[in-house]
Amino acid sequence: MPTVDILTPRAGTAAIYRINPVAKLAATAVIGIALALSIDWVSASVALACEAVLFFFAGLGPRQFVRRTLPVVIASVFAATTILLYGRASGTSHWRFLLVNVTDGSIELSIATLLRVLAIGLPAVVLFVTVDPTDLADGLAQVLRLPSRFVLGALGGLRLVGLFAEDWKSLELARRARGIADSGRLRRFAGQAFALLVLSIRRGSKLATAMEARGFGSSIPRSWARESRFGGREWMLVALSFAIALAAVGSSVLTGHGNFLAGA
Amino acid sequence: MTSVLSRAAPLSVDAQAWRWRHTGRSDWAVRGLDLRIEPGERVLLLGASGAGKSTLMHALAGVLGGDEEGESEGRLLVGDADAARARGQVGLVLQDPDSQVVLARVGDDVAFGCENMGVPREETWLRVEQSLRAVGLNLPLQHPTSGLSGGQKQRLALAGVLAMHPGLLLLDEPTANLDPDGVIEVRDAVARVLEASGSTLVVVEHRVDVWWPLVDRVIVLTPGGGVLADGTPDDVLRREGRALAASGVWVPGYPPQYPSRLRRPGERLLFTDGLAIGRSAALQSGIDLAVRAGECVAITGPNGVGKTTLGLTLGGLLPVIDGRVMAEGLAGGLGADPLRWKSRELVPRIGSVFQDPEHQFVSGTVAGEVAVGARAIGLSSDETARRIDPLLERLRLGHLTDANPFTLSGGEKRRLSVATVLVTRPPLLVLDEPTFGQDSRTWAELVAFLAELLDEGSSVIAVTHDVHLVDALADIELRMSRAGHRIESRVS
Repeated sequence: MPTVDILTPRAGTAAIYRINPVAKLAATAVIGIALALSIDWVSASVALACEAVLFFFAGLGPRQFVRRTLPVVIASVFAATTILLYGRASGTSHWRFLLVNVTDGSIELSIATLLRVLAIGLPAVVLFVTVDPTDLADGLAQVLRLPSRFVLGALGGLRLVGLFAEDWKSLELARRARGIADSGRLRRFAGQAFALLVLSIRRGSKLATAMEARGFGSSIPRSWARESRFGGREWMLVALSFAIALAAVGSSVLTGHGNFLAGA
Repeated sequence: MTSVLSRAAPLSVDAQAWRWRHTGRSDWAVRGLDLRIEPGERVLLLGASGAGKSTLMHALAGVLGGDEEGESEGRLLVGDADAARARGQVGLVLQDPDSQVVLARVGDDVAFGCENMGVPREETWLRVEQSLRAVGLNLPLQHPTSGLSGGQKQRLALAGVLAMHPGLLLLDEPTANLDPDGVIEVRDAVARVLEASGSTLVVVEHRVDVWWPLVDRVIVLTPGGGVLADGTPDDVLRREGRALAASGVWVPGYPPQYPSRLRRPGERLLFTDGLAIGRSAALQSGIDLAVRAGECVAITGPNGVGKTTLGLTLGGLLPVIDGRVMAEGLAGGLGADPLRWKSRELVPRIGSVFQDPEHQFVSGTVAGEVAVGARAIGLSSDETARRIDPLLERLRLGHLTDANPFTLSGGEKRRLSVATVLVTRPPLLVLDEPTFGQDSRTWAELVAFLAELLDEGSSVIAVTHDVHLVDALADIELRMSRAGHRIESRVS
């Protein structure tokens, strides 16, 4: 049976693949925080416009781009629709029905929300499609100095998640083979979920033993076979994200749309 | 290539009245062990299940856990140091290939141990290259570990411990989960590694014939604690061979006894017509197989060619990719396709035993586990009791009726999963590796039991790597490979 493994290394030739995941994390955070604090449409659209240019360097083909970012697009439409129907009412009312009240204000907020979710979500997805989990763990432990036991333990555990889907399928077939798959769907689901939990704990403890047997968690200071570099390229990405954030917030303030959550 | 690998000095092992028990258990897992293994010795460690072999291996590797896990008495030394502190100088390879891969890329996985031991970067990568070469794994360092075969994963685990330059190499049933090709792959890799490093070896394995030529000493532990036999392989074989075989150890030259078979096939129970099987894409196609009452069909071949998938498909659990599975001989008023039967209609007709027994356990006790099937088909509690007790006795589980299925040994779990399907007395059994993990005694009992069922008119489809099982029971062998399959009669 082929094993599905969510840790399968991501590799590509584009420069973006070689950028330290910690820098991608930082860039996403900078844009995210700046846009989360402002709620107008100008800042979001400026950010989105800047990002759109950069997506050409993201190492994704058009089809891959659409496929990967589709969830974000759908989420943004849902969020925008909700705001449109139920958002804070102001200005002319166009349509009222029970709690629904579509007004000038809710239309503007709705557009701002759509752009905002896209402006935060798209770069996050695009940057993380090219992140290899092992490289991320290296970066978290070496660049951000998070405890290596925690980071590597999590990385090891993550590998087991891919086996869950297979276990679940086997558990389902096994219950049919035992004669108990006809009724009580809810109870069966609960029982099966519990069985999966038991199996994954057993797997986890086996993996922990294997890791310990290779000296994991010993008192010897750990060395790193792969150096996680944070150099010019990484700083450039972080600087770019600051530039986008500044441009976005700055233009909204200059055009008088500045509407910071903090001051609202 | 030996320059770096040979740098580790082989380590000795000393057990002095050493005993250990799990927290909360009254019995010692190992008690009163006195033993010395010289540096560079290659030891095969034997003993019936429950003799504490795995406990000893974990203790030697320093992964038995601290005081909260259990208590120990006496001394257990690796080299001159307490075994609990020997971690890093001792390399341990375990049974399950899947739970030993730590990282996603081959090179990173091998480097993991070196990193933990604080080996400098340049030397780490040198050791990685050498270790991979030593185990014969010629893959790029960037190669993903997820797609490796079982044998490759075990060799990867071996390379991972090798890179740490252990003075003592511990192998705890390293080939138990592998197909015959994988077994040879790993055995040969170990032989090469020992040739290059000269490290001390302790290996635990049920099927000893594979390791017999590689070791220079055999130690047999008794379940009561202590050493039953100790000497060169030839010595132990000559003096204790018969006794060992009788106690359940697989000893070369003492093949298990095959039961006699009536071989009187009856009516056709199930047949396939141009069957293609697979989970999404077809793994095998054009399978035309017929199973008659009283017949045993063995499905053999390397891992990954679809043996398990075929078993599940024939058992009415997986849909076909193409063709048909027709079970008119079993249907008894239902349609011919077993996939369309309800779960409770399936169990009195076809009994499927999975590769991993743990997937099938749904109850808290052994007796409860067997009762599940009986309840599913609506047997009275009297009738259920009448069926359960003899069944559990027969499969040597009678003393375990109140035990939790998950706490049983590997061999016991396997026999329990066989018992769970037999309680509904299905005319067709589909068994995936039914003899896995059995010692030679429970093997013989299980095979004799299956022979009896066959003679009474039941049919058995067995997915197996076990050549003894095929020789003992199979009337038809369906051999599968990547290139296709072949059906052969085994009746002379």
